[in-house]
Amino acid sequence: MVDASLLTNPVYLLQNLVDGLARGAVYAVFALGFTLIFGVLDIVNLAHASTFMWCAFAGWVVMSLLNMPLIVGLLASMLFGGLVAVVLEFVAFRPLRQEGAERLSPMISSIGVSIIMVSLAEAAFSAQTKKFPSGVLDPKPLYIGGTDGVRVSWGQLLIVVVSIVLMVALGYLIRRTRTGMAIRAVAYSQRAARLLGINVNRVVVITFFVGGVLAGAAGILIGLLTNNISPSMGSDIELRGLAVVILGGLGNIEGAVVGGLLLGLVETFTIAYFDQGSDYKDAIAFIILFLILLIRPNGLFGRQEANRA
Amino acid sequence: MKKGRVSTRFSFLAVLAMFSMTLLGACGDNTATVPAPTTAVLPTTAAASGATTAASTTAAASGATTAAAGATTAAASGATTAASTTAAASGATTAAGGTSAAASALTGQIKIGAIATLTGNNSPFGIAIKNGFDLAVEELNNNKYLGDATIQLVTLDDKGDKQEGISVMTKLLDQEKVVAVLGPTLSSTALAADPIAQQKGIPVLGTSNTANGITEMGNFVFRDSLPEASVIPGAVAAVSAKLKPKKAAMMYESTNEFTKSADDVFKAELQKNGITLTGNEAYSKGDTDFRTQLNKLKATSPDLLIVSGLIGEAVPIVQQAREVGITQPILGGNGFNTPAIYQQGKEAAEGVIVGSAWFLGSTNPKSQAFVAAYKKKYNTDPDQFSAQAYAGAYLMATAIKNANSTDPKAIRDALASIKNFDSVLGTFSFDANRNPVHNPVVVVVKGGKFELYQ
Repeated sequence: MVDASLLTNPVYLLQNLVDGLARGAVYAVFALGFTLIFGVLDIVNLAHASTFMWCAFAGWVVMSLLNMPLIVGLLASMLFGGLVAVVLEFVAFRPLRQEGAERLSPMISSIGVSIIMVSLAEAAFSAQTKKFPSGVLDPKPLYIGGTDGVRVSWGQLLIVVVSIVLMVALGYLIRRTRTGMAIRAVAYSQRAARLLGINVNRVVVITFFVGGVLAGAAGILIGLLTNNISPSMGSDIELRGLAVVILGGLGNIEGAVVGGLLLGLVETFTIAYFDQGSDYKDAIAFIILFLILLIRPNGLFGRQEANRA
Repeated sequence: MKKGRVSTRFSFLAVLAMFSMTLLGACGDNTATVPAPTTAVLPTTAAASGATTAASTTAAASGATTAAAGATTAAASGATTAASTTAAASGATTAAGGTSAAASALTGQIKIGAIATLTGNNSPFGIAIKNGFDLAVEELNNNKYLGDATIQLVTLDDKGDKQEGISVMTKLLDQEKVVAVLGPTLSSTALAADPIAQQKGIPVLGTSNTANGITEMGNFVFRDSLPEASVIPGAVAAVSAKLKPKKAAMMYESTNEFTKSADDVFKAELQKNGITLTGNEAYSKGDTDFRTQLNKLKATSPDLLIVSGLIGEAVPIVQQAREVGITQPILGGNGFNTPAIYQQGKEAAEGVIVGSAWFLGSTNPKSQAFVAAYKKKYNTDPDQFSAQAYAGAYLMATAIKNANSTDPKAIRDALASIKNFDSVLGTFSFDANRNPVHNPVVVVVKGGKFELYQ
């Protein structure tokens, strides 16, 4: 354990709460698009991480090379992500679905696409990490309660706010719109949806587009927060993203956010309150994940009757 | 609904898989620190390498003599490599240590392998290193350093990964049949891949490996990069003399041999200089958020922050250290020895101090010529890693020239006997353990470039 004075220090506790939420928001934002495609299509889209990485680069190109403001970069990145995901659906997933391929085939296909995308990014941008131009976010953090108080950087604030906004928007889309109803029908049963006259392929394309848009938002936000854009940024976060999706309940949107925040908090507190805590953070996080799944096999928010998405 | 149950089972499997991957990842470091075949294995290695060629007996015999090659070695070597088919006849005469190119046994193309991290987070190191190799080989060939023979460099990417390092090393030795290897970039990769070269009796010269235990892998393993133990004491002493810190906090990557061993050296040096260590926090390869560790260290109110990390993480650590309000000076390990630290770290990197084997402003004429040639070819400044790579290629070429042979064993012996070589790093020698001997410097980032720290 750490020094006793830190254990009882309220500012230290609050600071870790803030940092943990921000760290978790990173996972949550990433997991949103992941869980959507998972929930609706029952596909583990392992190309989500590379879509996300390409979106970060797209945002970087727009903001760094074309000198556009953050909002333009964010929108461009989201649009780019949507388009990439739709292309993936046509190239990597639809042919398999039409051939009635095995359950795991799309996952293997997505791994292949993912490797190709990472290699392309390495060829296009070199493997060196890229940084956003320094003026995008004020490097000086905000302080709550004076400079000895709790620090929040603008990147942290942005990612927490945007992850909540995206969660609400996505929830609205799925539950309150006709498109959302169609998506839920397809999630329940593609065959039944087709019998009811729903154009399943169209719904799948929309789902991929929305998933890609979310990957785009995640790419630029995480790129901003860590200021580290590289072809390997996707694989660094992929495993945790998958864990968060399962923790929250497959295809459950609120679950992804809560799961992400929880994972971020657990990791942060492990580092903060144990000596050399970084060495154990993954082990502790996954043990907790495992225990939760023992008690709630469908994840935190998963329902027994998996009426997902 | 059935579907729900299927995915439940799947989620369990997935969690199990992820958990075991985490565990494997944690264990991965230990597995690589194994082999260290001792120096006593000479006969077996010679025999092993000889299995592929006809000249095995003569090669073994030459091993008993020194690098100043006799006529027998020269003749024997002609037969060893595929490239120099006509060499045997011409090489039968001289025994000199290669001061002149006259009557050289070397002709045709001599294949040297290079392993560098060209992709991934640590590619800034590998790219600088490859540039250094390429520039040196270009010069060596243009200046006919090896007489009629030219060097053909076969460069492969290890992606900063141990497994990848093992497979490219095997490829270089078995398929490309290189006579010597330069690299790999990271110590962790070297610890995994170099034992293969040692076993096959091919000399390997690391130009950027600074961890403990590199040359201990065997008598065919060399490095021209000063180990941490030779650079850090000077750096800590310089900082201690100038800033007189009482307390220091440290941060290191726990998933890499080099950063771990550097961390240990830093600890010992702090103790020697009477500086108290207030905290020593770990992080893992690929982490992007270091605020929690930094925040914890900040609470111990250190006078100095020491970071033993590689460049991929060093830049965000420096930036986030400033963000959480650590305003104290930062002393970096060898991983900070690249312009990327100030090119990417910008204002946050100002005042970062690092012990270095070489620096851009060196007044050594060899070094100045190198800087000019490098700038001309690549349109950017070289860093320590390019300089060490450039020196490494020259050292290897000199060994081949002195051996007057392309026999790996003869090259090894010639390399081991290099003393007082006038290199880009200054006057350079190998010690008895095949580690480099030359003078390090301490530099500081000022106004967006490295300056001598005084």
